[in-house]
Amino acid sequence: PTLTRECLSQLAELPETHQLLRQTCRDYADKELIPVAAKLDKEHAYPAKQIKELGSIGVMAIEVPEDLGGAGMDYLAYCLALEEISRGCASTGVIVSVNNSLYVGPVLKFGTEEQKKRWISPFTTGEKVGCFALSEPGNGSDAGAASTMAHQDGDHWVLNGTKAWITNSWDASAVIVFATTDKKLKHKGISAFLVPMPHSGLSLGKKEDKLGIRASSTANIILEDCRIPLDNMLGSRGAGFKIAMQTLDSGRLGIASQALGIAQASLDCAADYALKRTAFGAPIGKLQAIQFKLADMAVALESARLLTWKAALLRDSKKPFTKEAAMAKLSASEAATFCSHQAIQILGGMGYVTDMPAERHYRDARITEIYEGTSEIQRLVIAGQILKEYQL
Amino acid sequence: MSGRVLVGVKRVIDYAVKIRVKPDHTGVVTDGVKHSMNPFCEIAVEEAVKLKEKKLIKEVVAVSCGPQQSQETIRTALAMGADRGIHVEVSGKDYDSLGPLQVSKILAALAKKEEAQLIILGKQAIDDDCNQTGQMTAALLDWPQGTFASEVSLEAEKIKVVREIDGGLETIKINTPAVLTADLRLNTPRYATLPNIMKAKKKKIANVKPADLGVDLTSRLEVLRVDEPPQREAGVKVETVEDLVAKLKDTGKI
Repeated sequence: PTLTRECLSQLAELPETHQLLRQTCRDYADKELIPVAAKLDKEHAYPAKQIKELGSIGVMAIEVPEDLGGAGMDYLAYCLALEEISRGCASTGVIVSVNNSLYVGPVLKFGTEEQKKRWISPFTTGEKVGCFALSEPGNGSDAGAASTMAHQDGDHWVLNGTKAWITNSWDASAVIVFATTDKKLKHKGISAFLVPMPHSGLSLGKKEDKLGIRASSTANIILEDCRIPLDNMLGSRGAGFKIAMQTLDSGRLGIASQALGIAQASLDCAADYALKRTAFGAPIGKLQAIQFKLADMAVALESARLLTWKAALLRDSKKPFTKEAAMAKLSASEAATFCSHQAIQILGGMGYVTDMPAERHYRDARITEIYEGTSEIQRLVIAGQILKEYQL
Repeated sequence: MSGRVLVGVKRVIDYAVKIRVKPDHTGVVTDGVKHSMNPFCEIAVEEAVKLKEKKLIKEVVAVSCGPQQSQETIRTALAMGADRGIHVEVSGKDYDSLGPLQVSKILAALAKKEEAQLIILGKQAIDDDCNQTGQMTAALLDWPQGTFASEVSLEAEKIKVVREIDGGLETIKINTPAVLTADLRLNTPRYATLPNIMKAKKKKIANVKPADLGVDLTSRLEVLRVDEPPQREAGVKVETVEDLVAKLKDTGKI
């Protein structure tokens, strides 16, 4: 799909509201996130204070209409905000992303008015965050093979099973659980359920000790005869897989933006160092080897950013954006790992120690190629779309 | 006291930018350089919005003098909570030579036109560091002034201002209407939140020309040349105090 002239001009120069929002998030990241990011990472500490402050800035539910407590802005604004926040602290970025794209997003799109009031409004202020439970110990990419079960018992659904790798799990007040009511129907048997947290029958596994994004909690969610009212089904019965896939399309742009933020932070760190560090009688930025690295980093970052913005603009124009979102996530995550890798190289020994943020960016970047659709899955999605275009 | 507050907001080169002098030495490079609201103006806006939230004043009007881009600065003030804006269009050569004297004449004229009861400005702009506009505006209006304010409280028809001066803190009480200039510790400016950025879209910015206000923009100053500060040179080590005194005398320092 192509962008309208108006959208293309937004790519060239962002609208004033978006510039203001970007500046606010940049200022916030500079003042409140960058100074604490290393500590949050070291202590695996959930940034509760920062999430509340981001809530009052309005970025915890950017797309949600004002009457539900959100900011009523578009996805381009969301991507801009998320990139700036992630540039400050990648963990904070993923917490904001999961709440916006994976929790509030599907309720907004598939929920009843009653569900929206109950499950969205309290989650717009940063006081409460939600999470999204699709993956299981037995399946990540193979989402259709979900084995978490849901059966009806009177006026309740009863959930049984284990979900794995759930971001925000230890800090969330609600979760969207994907469970199957009939394994024989394969992916068409999966439905989505809203479960409050804490809740009887729902327990958390140990907090994973991760390589990066350590200030965000990741753990299993274990459901043992977890009873929820029938009203807690999100969307219609059997629509769960479709809900998950559509939700992930948007979530991809959130993660792409997080990856862009990490890549930008790496480039900032490396360029600053290249100007200051001297070797062979001059700043190392004068050496072509360093210059080529910086150029390659900037190109990877900028092209991923434009892909991300294009996908966001297509989504905002209500045009199909599946291919573009996958391209954005793929290129941005690979840009993040590339830029953070090169940043360490430019910093040399200093890149390997915690005195500089380069090593944290390297650790934070790695997950962006994995979660919310591995790079391999993104390639399959893109190829699928391309072949459809050529009608194979 | 209720009523209208005028807040001046100036568009300046962002504080984090490395300033470069133009090759022709007529000024500094501004094209393509990041600009933002003068930090002391942000503090002024914040103070005005706080007064409104305390219901001590009714309306905050943000004013900026400059080219088209000054509207972005006004929009930021609106996103912080100002009610409406006035953009006084000054561009080209007029803008290059715009200084505190002309701006204070504009602000004085606007204060009369808008029947303002309070003008809050930043104590100085980070580009020219003049620290004159507030004082000149007060003089033109024959209003009292509370400059370098680190604390402001409205008491009945008077304003109590704690001022940061060289000797410490000075507390004064002045009548209204008055001019205040904000110092660093007056408050911590709020972030422009998303809901307020959206609300700001609907707020009005009026366009005014200096001639409409009867203000003559002719400058009494002419910039002859702009140079970078001299490069810092290496120091010199001496062996004894006598050598030090001799060197200081030699270079005319004492």
